[in-house]
Amino acid sequence: MEANVAVAPASPRPDLAELSALAKSLRREILVMLSQAGSGHPGASLSMVEMLIGLYWYKLRHDPKRPDWAQRDLFLLSKGHGCPALYAVLARRGYFDRALLATLRKLGSPLQGHPQQWSPPGVEIAAGSLGQGLSLANGWALALKMDGDAQRRVYCLLGDGEIQEGQVWEAAMAAGHYHLDHLCAIIDANSLQQNGPVQQIMGIEPLAAKWSAFNWHTIEIDGHNQEQVLNALDEAATVQGQPTVIVSRTVKGKGVSFMENRAEWHGVAPKPDELERALKELA
Amino acid sequence: MTAPVMKPTRDGFGEGLLELGKTNPKVVALSGDLADSTRAIWFQKAYPDRYIEIGIAEQNLIGTAAGLALAGKIPFACSFSAFITGRSWEQIRVAICYQNLNVKIAGSHGGLSVGADGATAEALEEFTIMRSLPNLTVLVPCDVVEARKATLAAAEHVGPVFIRLGRAPVPVVTAAEEPFVIGQASRRRDGKDLTIIACGIMVAAADAAAAQLAGEGTQARVLNMATIKPIDRTAVIAAAQETGAIVTVEEHTVVGGLGGAVAEVVVQDQPVPMRFVGTQDTFGVSGDPAELLKAFHLTADDIVQAAHEVLKIKQSAASNQQSATRRRPR
Repeated sequence: MEANVAVAPASPRPDLAELSALAKSLRREILVMLSQAGSGHPGASLSMVEMLIGLYWYKLRHDPKRPDWAQRDLFLLSKGHGCPALYAVLARRGYFDRALLATLRKLGSPLQGHPQQWSPPGVEIAAGSLGQGLSLANGWALALKMDGDAQRRVYCLLGDGEIQEGQVWEAAMAAGHYHLDHLCAIIDANSLQQNGPVQQIMGIEPLAAKWSAFNWHTIEIDGHNQEQVLNALDEAATVQGQPTVIVSRTVKGKGVSFMENRAEWHGVAPKPDELERALKELA
Repeated sequence: MTAPVMKPTRDGFGEGLLELGKTNPKVVALSGDLADSTRAIWFQKAYPDRYIEIGIAEQNLIGTAAGLALAGKIPFACSFSAFITGRSWEQIRVAICYQNLNVKIAGSHGGLSVGADGATAEALEEFTIMRSLPNLTVLVPCDVVEARKATLAAAEHVGPVFIRLGRAPVPVVTAAEEPFVIGQASRRRDGKDLTIIACGIMVAAADAAAAQLAGEGTQARVLNMATIKPIDRTAVIAAAQETGAIVTVEEHTVVGGLGGAVAEVVVQDQPVPMRFVGTQDTFGVSGDPAELLKAFHLTADDIVQAAHEVLKIKQSAASNQQSATRRRPR
């Protein structure tokens, strides 16, 4: 298929070894932030690090010095509880002073426990009430289509537990119906939610088949394999006539042995001794 | 006397939206399979490229409208009032109000006057659940003329707005040249004995009640409170100070609606006796709109009765005051 929407990568492919070091460093930062905050969601933050790197160091057309640049691509974080990862990424990219990260969840801080729109700059939407982000992404994508803007793309990152919300399927249906090919949904499929395994709480599989039935192009990857992440983002940008969903298979709590695949690390911050052990593992 | 012109407020919304299509290229409309009922269809036919059909999915309707607003559009999300405010309340809360987005929410078929469709379609709770949301402006035009103006004003206003509209034809009681200002009550009649504060289709009934009271020698002030939020505090306090008694009238539950909004001002700033005319914490039923208004005690006669009650309290308070003064030791 001739791809007339094939957007050139925002930047040349970065060195994978560098990205791997970056992932470790961001994971350390996230854990320090959560430990200082004394509460928050480590598991869901750690599982989506490689995807955020793929977006913010490779695929997104964005400018940290001009967060409201009118030609930027849009990244909407729907799984709001994973916001420590987004804050860490935005700070590292230069959207705001890294010193602010220490204020996460504190009174007066722009870094709310769940994201508030434009607080800090770069956070496109409020989130934390699950299931809403994809509808907003649809709205933005529809507006771009109305305006004949074929350049800008919209990305929306959802959790796998999150898609138990009915609104997600309303939005999935509409995006497929309207052939929103400049829209890419990403499911951070870490297979755990607050009270246990997603498949046990309320089964959502087979993910790709479900989205495919809603007229989405589907790509399934190992979400911790940085190269697969970059490839999937490239492929999504070439698809015509339908939106793309990347089912990113990940590990909740990735990078910290005692957090990995443990639902009890959904919403608990590491205590000082736990932080110390985690940072050693990520050294 | 010629019979008044009767038109539903939703038609005024449809006319206003159509005008906005011409004058404001940022205006877009969305509906959930109710473009005909909400009159958004007039816009859809004229501006098909700026209309988005969402299907029967109100939560996505609101979310999509929020996304369009993020992109700089001025979306009008249209559906039945019961569904768009109730089913998607939390989407309105987070996606629209928390982000203070420039989305306009139009709820048609508000109130009992939907008639035959019965309780599930008869929205009686929107003022309560909408006005509790920060940043949201809540409008309820009283006739087709005011509905058109409210729609234009909503588009002009930067920030989220909810407009409650009706399906049943109701008397045209305002004139095209009367100004419409969000947040300002309009005084339809002056009086010194009490104030009737009405909204929506009950404004016509309030006028009729005031005329009836005048025949009894009671002079009632009548305010059309087309903005439920922000409530016109100045007009409410003046009514309390200058007339000493207030009756509120709404085609809506008395739990937290117009009556509640007025009372919140009155009890804090200028306590006077009040009576609330509205539905009494109950659901609607099927029936002809006029029959329903009668069955649920939302007529001019009911307003007059509430006026008598509130005047009795006002007078007995005044005479207690006098006798207390007389008993005061020298």
